[in-house]
Amino acid sequence: MNWKRKDLLDIRDLSKEEMLFILDTAESFKDISRREIKKVPTLRGKTVITLFYEPSTRTRTSFEIAAKRLSADTINISSSTSSSTKGESLKDTARNLESMRPDAIVIRHSMPGAPHMLAGILDSSIINGGDGSHEHPTQALLDLYTMREKKGRINGLRIVIVGDIAHSRVARSNIFSLKNFGNEVICCGPPTMIPPYIETLGVRVEYDLKTAVRKADVIMMLRIQKERGGTKYIPSTKEYSTLYGLTKRHVDMAANDVIIMHPGPMNRGIEITDEVADGPSSVILDQVENGVAVRMAILYLLIGGEA
Amino acid sequence: MRTLIRGGRIIDPKTSRDGIFDILVEDSVIQEISDTIKKTDGKVQVVNAAGRIVAPGLIDVHCHLREPGFEYKETILTGTSAAIRGGFTTVVCMANTDPVNDSRSVTEFIIDKARAEGKCKVLPCGAITRGLKGEELAEIGEMFSAGIIALSDDGRSVSNAGLMRKALEYAKIFKLPVISHCEDDTLSGGYIHEGTASLLNGLEGIPAIAEELMVQRDIAIARYVNAPIHITHISSGGSVEIIEAARKMFRKVTCDTCPHYFSLTDEATLAFDTNTKVNPPLRSKKDVEAIKEGLRKGIIDIIATDHAPHEITSKDVEFDLAAFGISGFETAFALSLGLVREGVLDMPALLEKMTANPAKLLGINSGTIAEGAPADIIIFDPDIEWTVDRNSFVSKGRNTPFHGNALKGKNLFTMVSGKIVFNELK
Repeated sequence: MNWKRKDLLDIRDLSKEEMLFILDTAESFKDISRREIKKVPTLRGKTVITLFYEPSTRTRTSFEIAAKRLSADTINISSSTSSSTKGESLKDTARNLESMRPDAIVIRHSMPGAPHMLAGILDSSIINGGDGSHEHPTQALLDLYTMREKKGRINGLRIVIVGDIAHSRVARSNIFSLKNFGNEVICCGPPTMIPPYIETLGVRVEYDLKTAVRKADVIMMLRIQKERGGTKYIPSTKEYSTLYGLTKRHVDMAANDVIIMHPGPMNRGIEITDEVADGPSSVILDQVENGVAVRMAILYLLIGGEA
Repeated sequence: MRTLIRGGRIIDPKTSRDGIFDILVEDSVIQEISDTIKKTDGKVQVVNAAGRIVAPGLIDVHCHLREPGFEYKETILTGTSAAIRGGFTTVVCMANTDPVNDSRSVTEFIIDKARAEGKCKVLPCGAITRGLKGEELAEIGEMFSAGIIALSDDGRSVSNAGLMRKALEYAKIFKLPVISHCEDDTLSGGYIHEGTASLLNGLEGIPAIAEELMVQRDIAIARYVNAPIHITHISSGGSVEIIEAARKMFRKVTCDTCPHYFSLTDEATLAFDTNTKVNPPLRSKKDVEAIKEGLRKGIIDIIATDHAPHEITSKDVEFDLAAFGISGFETAFALSLGLVREGVLDMPALLEKMTANPAKLLGINSGTIAEGAPADIIIFDPDIEWTVDRNSFVSKGRNTPFHGNALKGKNLFTMVSGKIVFNELK
């Protein structure tokens, strides 16, 4: 297929074909990161800006490494160094950056729709690096990649997502992609963290973790979104941990070849025990590795066309 | 000064008149209505209304003119200019100006300014509580003697139930209608309707129950103290249901809705267009159907605009940060005429909700075409097609979610107190 999009804003917009195309493209990039010389000239002369209004370690570094391995120049702007603290609007910041002619801007923002706003006014390719509780498309794609790699398929799986579904962009993006490919998705968490009407997306809601994980092929753990007021929805993290923390016992109830995923950052001892996070079923670090390949693919598809 | 409006189809819901008549206006009053009125001398200006509908000027019980304090959003001059274009001859402006209209001096300022610059009749609504803070009653009697027409803390509810009770009781002295914006802010706090759209786009939701709970509470208080209450801009099917049930036990409940609540659903917010951000929010398809049904059954008495103009920069930001509100004067009538084409209301019933019923709520003698009544008259054509272009708005507020929409029905002529203030008749 031919890639036609200027921006990558959300998973809900993407067709199965487009997602598969990204995964297949990522496949060819994964190997680069394992070579001794981890660099190809594909995006030489291109400029990628990462504009992060929220703290991030993994996503920002992953994008930067992905861009550098493709020989693009990268500039990182985080909210502490940007003009946002001086009262400049997002729109003005974006327009100023655009004047310096970047090819792509990766934006992370605490408010849903911020990337869409930029996409509407800028010629640069906009990549959504996470917008509030809305979407985190590159995370869903690297999760899909990891599932395909570990399970050999991305359809007909039973996938349990556990935690603060309401405030999780990772959950939203994953639900959209996983349902699109025909998987069974179970959302598990306290009712205060399950958004109303979620059944309309074709997912099942289960409040009891033990019931939810039974025969699961994939268990995806989320953290409590403290920055989005997540702790208001539960009496205490201790109680949350008792009810929704994933332990070895849960893993034993799932399918034999279950994989445990987590988008990070992990709160060990709250939503996941050390034993599980570091155990044989955990693919958490594979997710991080695959993130680089998937982001290389996305950058390549969006801005790697004819120079 | 005499004007003869000739040959139009007059629809006046209050007197149940519907037919072709001539109207003679002398100074600010309707002098005569007959089958044919002969032009007596050369000093009469003649307006040819043949083929058009002649109706009482529309009355809006809920708008924001932003003056004093927010003249960069709208002024009494620009707001009323937009109003007359949209067919309104009387508008009630809410108290959330800066300073808040909670005192005699602010009321007097608005009335003086409107007299000097206003294109239509401006009736100020006074704040229920000082500074709209919900803590203590404003000087209602002072504002009343300065000329307020109603009371409202629009923008929020009076969350203290005891204070709301006192307001409803105190307003009885002056027979002032109390207009209640219903929202329990411990349940709201979001940006769009809590529903399938908020699920998809991750924006914090405002559940319908935040409105419904307060509708229920305010009606209960009003019933207890036997005071009339008007619930403004209802948006949810639940509110319609509550009001329908409440009226069987307590008749002094009236309510209004706005064109956007029967024209758009929360699906419009999916593209993060901040012009769809309004409070109460655009709700589900089911709610929209229930609002229409409420209009059809007469549970909803009035259509108001909630004209809420904003400058571009307060909408040209992230959705969370954008101001709530829709600039409504110039689209409200055409959107409402859609109800007639859809068969929800017939033309007299629609006009009643925009003329006679608001006049009754406010206790004013306009809103009718009758001999001796104020000459507030519009002439419109329900079949003219046009495209909404926010750049051609007379209002300073370009914040409309209807930009680019093809609408049908247009006001062509507005007369306020016998004076032609807007005329696009050919």
